Amino acid sequence: MNLGQWIEIGRMDELGRLDTPVHRLDARAKVITTLGFIVVVMSFPRYDVSALMPFFIYPFVLIAQGRIPPGYILRKILLAAPFALVIGMFNPLLDHQTVARIGGWDISGGWLSFASIMLRFVLTVSAALALIACTGIHRLGAGLERMCVPRVFVVQLLFLYRYLFVVADEGARMMRSLELRSSGPQSLRLRVYGSLVGHLLLRSMNRADRVYRAMVARGFSSVGGSASGGDGEIRGLHRDSFRWTDWAFTGGWTAFFVLARMWNLADALGRMLAGGGS
Amino acid sequence: MSHHLVEVRDLHFAYPDGTDALKGVSFRITHGESVALIGANGAGKSTLLLHLNGYLTPTRGEIRIGETPLVRATAAAVRRAVGMVFQDPDDQLFMPTVFEDVAFGPLNAGLPAAEVEQRVASALERVGMAHLRDRPPYKLSAGEKRAVAIATVLAMAPDILVMDEPSSHLDPRGRRRLIELLKSFQHTKIIATHDLELVVELCSRVIVLDDGKVVAEGPTVDLLNDEALMLAHGLERPHSLWHQHPH
Repeated sequence: MNLGQWIEIGRMDELGRLDTPVHRLDARAKVITTLGFIVVVMSFPRYDVSALMPFFIYPFVLIAQGRIPPGYILRKILLAAPFALVIGMFNPLLDHQTVARIGGWDISGGWLSFASIMLRFVLTVSAALALIACTGIHRLGAGLERMCVPRVFVVQLLFLYRYLFVVADEGARMMRSLELRSSGPQSLRLRVYGSLVGHLLLRSMNRADRVYRAMVARGFSSVGGSASGGDGEIRGLHRDSFRWTDWAFTGGWTAFFVLARMWNLADALGRMLAGGGS
Repeated sequence: MSHHLVEVRDLHFAYPDGTDALKGVSFRITHGESVALIGANGAGKSTLLLHLNGYLTPTRGEIRIGETPLVRATAAAVRRAVGMVFQDPDDQLFMPTVFEDVAFGPLNAGLPAAEVEQRVASALERVGMAHLRDRPPYKLSAGEKRAVAIATVLAMAPDILVMDEPSSHLDPRGRRRLIELLKSFQHTKIIATHDLELVVELCSRVIVLDDGKVVAEGPTVDLLNDEALMLAHGLERPHSLWHQHPH
């Protein structure tokens, strides 16, 4: 077992159990606010860069208030970065139109929209990761369910998250045994990887079956009906309740998002400072 | 309501790929008995265990837990009566903390929160793992995981404990603790294992499976001392019995 990898994934659970003002908020308040955040960030025109800057405050505040190590979130963002890079990387090649000049340099629309895509990616992914890290996946699931998200989706989400550990663990073990038996430059061929991935799938499915078996043995059932004794709900003991702090959190941030969407706050701040200086 | 009786009659089971795993297994285990299910790899032990709580449905034959025949409609009730401890604790522990894992069964049974709390506390206390309640299960040692896995089942207050290889992956001290723990339980116990020394210590009766059939059944010491029988079915006479003198 690759211990480093294991603990790194498991760390999300530990972070989710911390007790800070942000953690104590109702999961629903954080879900709504983060969804609002993502929608607003995505709604900006493609060339906007500076107007996005004020939005960094939201993930920053979650991470700082929730005592989440920024390095952890950063590493996870880097892990996902290739996907955003692939989406944005053709923009500079295709869009050569000059749309701005900064310090004598012509900035093409392609580079600007590329920067905008990367910024949005970092903003939304960090906000989503911060949301999970300061809520915990099970409370998040319970929150979603109380927001009338169909139970099937919630259970899928929880299983996806839980089996991530399982697949990572199986994969790490297979890689280790592969490495132990490979030496020399010729050993790692594509064909071997093909078979490895196939085996990983089969092993994960077997494991998933055994985990499900253990859940069924303790009264869980994914199909409804009293005969099977369950209803597909993964239960927790503690239910969140929506208090005034949750209203304040959701209301305050939503107001800020709307404000920052309508006016370019970074621009305004810059002008104000420049105006004050002269 | 007495669920302590386990009766299996002419059980047949074939896997979807056509493998005949069980070919007419019958036995009866009575209240408070501790019975070992032994046999070579592939003899059908694990398949048989999966029938005892209704996870697999027999192609022929029937199972009774207490007075209740095990069919689809009674599976939920039977699962509360039959606590199953699986071979790999990692399969059994899937929640973020030990507490939540032990609470999983009682919560599914629809018990009120206070009762769940109390059951979890007493189950963890029982296996000596109360201090681990807020730890994530995947960070525990193999022995601790095994104990917690047993607690997850105890919290459901079963009448019958079914265990698949309970001593695998344990160091000698962990194994010793496990044996002492299991000795202290009053439940009807069914233990599938290759650990024959554990059988000598824990079980009064032995059922030998081979190729999906019961090939021998009887008092532990008698059967395990029968070297020809043991060797014929991929087993061996436990070392402790070689030196056993009547005191």
